[in-house]
Amino acid sequence: MTANVKELRNAHKLLAKLEYQPFKVDKGYTNHSLYVNLTDKTFEIKPVTEQMKEIFIGGRGFGLWYLWNAVKSTTKWNDPENEIIISSGPIGGITQYPGAGKSAVVTLSPLTGCPIDCNVGGYFGPLLKFSGFDALEIQGKAEKDVIIFIDGNKGLVTIEEVPDNFEYYDTHQLAEVYTEMFADDEFDKRNVSVVSSGRGAENTLIGMLNFSFYDVKRKAVRVKQAGRGGTGTVFRDKKIRALIVKYKGVTGDSNAPADKQKLINAGLRLHREIYELDKLQNRMREVGTAHLVEVMNDYDLLPVMNCQYGSHPDAVKLSSDVFKEKFFTQGMPDGCWYGCSMACAKAVDNFELKTGPYKGQKVVVDAAEYETIAGVGSDCGIFDPEYVVEANFYCDTYGIDTISFGNIIAFAMECYERGIIDKEVTGGLELKFGNKEAALEVLHQMARGEGFGKIAGMGVKRMREYFVEKLGADPKFLRDISLECKGLEYSHYVSKESLAQQGGYALTNKGPQHDEAWLIFMDMVNKQIPTFEDKAEALHYFPLFRTWFSLNGLCKLPWNDIEPADNAYQPEPNKVPEHVRNYVEIFNGVTGKNITKEDIIKQSERVYNFQRIFNLKMGYGTREYDMPPYRSMGPVTIEEYESRKERYDKQLKDLGYDIEGKTTEEKLKMLREYRENQYQQLVDAVYKRRGWTKNGVPTIEKVKELGIDFPEVIELISKYQD
Amino acid sequence: MIWVNKEEMEYEEGMTVEDVLKKKNYTYRLITVIINGEVIPRDKYSTHKIKDGDKIDVIHIMSGG
Repeated sequence: MTANVKELRNAHKLLAKLEYQPFKVDKGYTNHSLYVNLTDKTFEIKPVTEQMKEIFIGGRGFGLWYLWNAVKSTTKWNDPENEIIISSGPIGGITQYPGAGKSAVVTLSPLTGCPIDCNVGGYFGPLLKFSGFDALEIQGKAEKDVIIFIDGNKGLVTIEEVPDNFEYYDTHQLAEVYTEMFADDEFDKRNVSVVSSGRGAENTLIGMLNFSFYDVKRKAVRVKQAGRGGTGTVFRDKKIRALIVKYKGVTGDSNAPADKQKLINAGLRLHREIYELDKLQNRMREVGTAHLVEVMNDYDLLPVMNCQYGSHPDAVKLSSDVFKEKFFTQGMPDGCWYGCSMACAKAVDNFELKTGPYKGQKVVVDAAEYETIAGVGSDCGIFDPEYVVEANFYCDTYGIDTISFGNIIAFAMECYERGIIDKEVTGGLELKFGNKEAALEVLHQMARGEGFGKIAGMGVKRMREYFVEKLGADPKFLRDISLECKGLEYSHYVSKESLAQQGGYALTNKGPQHDEAWLIFMDMVNKQIPTFEDKAEALHYFPLFRTWFSLNGLCKLPWNDIEPADNAYQPEPNKVPEHVRNYVEIFNGVTGKNITKEDIIKQSERVYNFQRIFNLKMGYGTREYDMPPYRSMGPVTIEEYESRKERYDKQLKDLGYDIEGKTTEEKLKMLREYRENQYQQLVDAVYKRRGWTKNGVPTIEKVKELGIDFPEVIELISKYQD
Repeated sequence: MIWVNKEEMEYEEGMTVEDVLKKKNYTYRLITVIINGEVIPRDKYSTHKIKDGDKIDVIHIMSGG
C-alpha cells in the first residue's frame, strides 16, 4: 500500500475531543469507563463501581450491564440507542499467562434482536484499559463516517470525520493505514490497535469486527475477530469506520496485579506444559485449531453439505497437515497478545488473491481456524484449501463472519440442489455443493450489496422466510434444514448424535455458538453423561465455566486445548483441574481477592442469568426460542438416514422399536418422535438445574440468590413465574 | 467380549490398546485409556494386552475450538 498518511491524517476533520488524566490500573481495573455519543458528539467518563465489579466482574458482564441500561425492550439493533461496548476484564492485559489479551464486544444483534457477546483477541482491549478505561461504550450514530481515536499516553479522545476521498473501506487496508497513521515509527506500531470492519458489514446482517495487532516479525498488521451476531453491521450502521487506541509502555506490571508472583508461578507451569506437550497433543503452535478438521471427520462430526453428513473422503484435503505444509508459516510467535506461548493464531504469508477487488495482491491472511475450514469448506462440499484461504481473507477484510457465511452458503446450496431455488433466484449462479467459484461470487456480491448476495446476506433465518414467502417453499422442511436458532447460524459441529450438544447449542443465550458448551465427546463418545440429570449438570457447569473467560479478558484455548501430563489421574479430568487452579490463582493474584473455584461458577452464574433475563426483556428468553432445527438433532431426509442406516436401525431396535418391514420414511418418523421427546425432557432437566421455571425464566428465588434482583429485573420476571 | 465406552466389541486374542483405538477410529490425541479402573500410560498403548471381559473407557478431553 502506498498512502501519504500525513496528508490523510490532516484531512480527518476533528468533530469533538476529550482531554483527560489517564486513570491508573489498580489490581486489574482502572475503575472508569468511557462513554461516547456519536449523535451528540459528546463524551462522559463514568465510574466503575464496586457493585459493578462484584456482580458483573468485567468484559461481557460490563457490556451487558451498560447495554441493559442503554436500551428499552423495543430498541432495535439499528436504533441510535443501541450500543457497542468493548471491555477486557480484570485479568486482561497480563503478560505472564497465555491467552490473557481478550476483550468482549456486546451489542444488540441484527440477527437475534438480543445481546450478542463475542470474545476477541488482538491488542485493543488491553491497550484500552492501560489508556485508562475498563470499558468503551459507544451510542448514537454519526452523520458521516468517523473514527474514534484514544491516545492513552496523552490522555486524549477524539471523534474525527473521515474525508470523503478516503478510499479505504475494508479491514486489511483500514487496519494498515490507521496503524501507520498513528504510530510514531515502525517500533511504535505494536502500540496501536485498530477495530474495523468492511463493506460486507454495511450490506449484510452478518458483519463482524476485526481487532488488530502488529506482528513485529512479519512487519504486518494482523487481525482477530469479534465474529458472531452482526457486531460489524451495528458498527457500520453507526458510521464508525474505525476505532484506534494507542498506548506506549506495556509491561508485565501494566495490569498492576496485587501479587505478581502468583501470575508468574501459574504462567511458568503452563509455559512449560505447552513447550513440552503441545507437539504431542493438539499441535496448536503448529496448526492452531485446524487440528480439529481430521478429528471431527474421524468421529463423524465434521459438517458436510449443510450438516447432512459428518464426514467425507475428501476431507483429508482440508486436514491440518495440508495447511501446515502448504500454507501456515511455521516457527512464528503467533500469539495475539504478549506472553501467549500457545501461539495458535496461524497466518498464511504472501498469498496471492485470485478473485475480487484485490485480485493479484499478495497478502497476509489470518487463516485458517477450524470453524472457517469446516464452514466455508466441508459444509459447502468444497475441499480446496486454497479456496478456504481466499474466502477467509475476503470474509475478514469485508467484515463478514466466516461461520455464518459458510452456513448461509451451505443452506443455499442445499436449496439449489433440491430445486427450491434456481438460477433465476441466484442470478445465474449454479449454487451446487462444491462450486467454489459460485460461493466466492456470492461473497463478493455480499460486499457490494447486490444480486443473490443481498438475499444471502440477510442470514439463514431471513433467507428461509424469503424463500417461503416469495417462492412458496415448504416452511417445515426449510425449518428442518436451516441451521439457525434464535436467528444466529450454528457453528460447525454436527450435533445430531449428542443430545447434550443439541442442548449446548440451542440453550445458549446468544444463539448456537459453541463457546458456551462443547459436550460432544463427553456425551457421545465417552458416554460420561448418560442421564438427563447428568447432561443437565454438564449444561450447568460448562457454560458457566466458559462464560468466565469472557468476563476476565481470557482466551478459552489454554484451558483445555493443552492438558498437564498427569491430568488423566486427576478427579474430573474433563475440567482440567490444574488449569482451573491456575485461573483461581491468577484472578486472586491480579485482584487481591481470595476466590475459590466454586466462586468462578458463581461469578459466571450471575452474568449468565442476567443475560437470559436480558433476552426476556427484548421479547425472547423463553422456552419456545430454545428449540433447535431438526437437522441438528437427527436425519431429516431419506439420504441422511440411509447414509448411517446401520447406526439408526440399531438405535431404534435398542430402544425397542419394531422396524421389521418398515420403510425408511417410517423409521425417520419414529426416530424423530423419539429424539424430539428426548430434547424436551432435556430442556426440563436443564431448566430445573439452572433454577428456571418450566418456561425457561430464572425464578425470583434464583435472582435473589445471585444478587441480581434489581427492581426492573423482578418486575420483568414476576410476570413469568410458574 | 470387551466393552469400549460402554459398547460391546469382539475380543481378539493378542489385541492391544492401540488395536482397540484403531478399530474405534479414536484418533484424537487428548485421550486417557482406563481399563477396569486403571489408567494405562500412553507409552504402553502398543504393548498393553487386552483381556477378554475388560471394560475400557477411552476418555476424550473435550475441546471445541
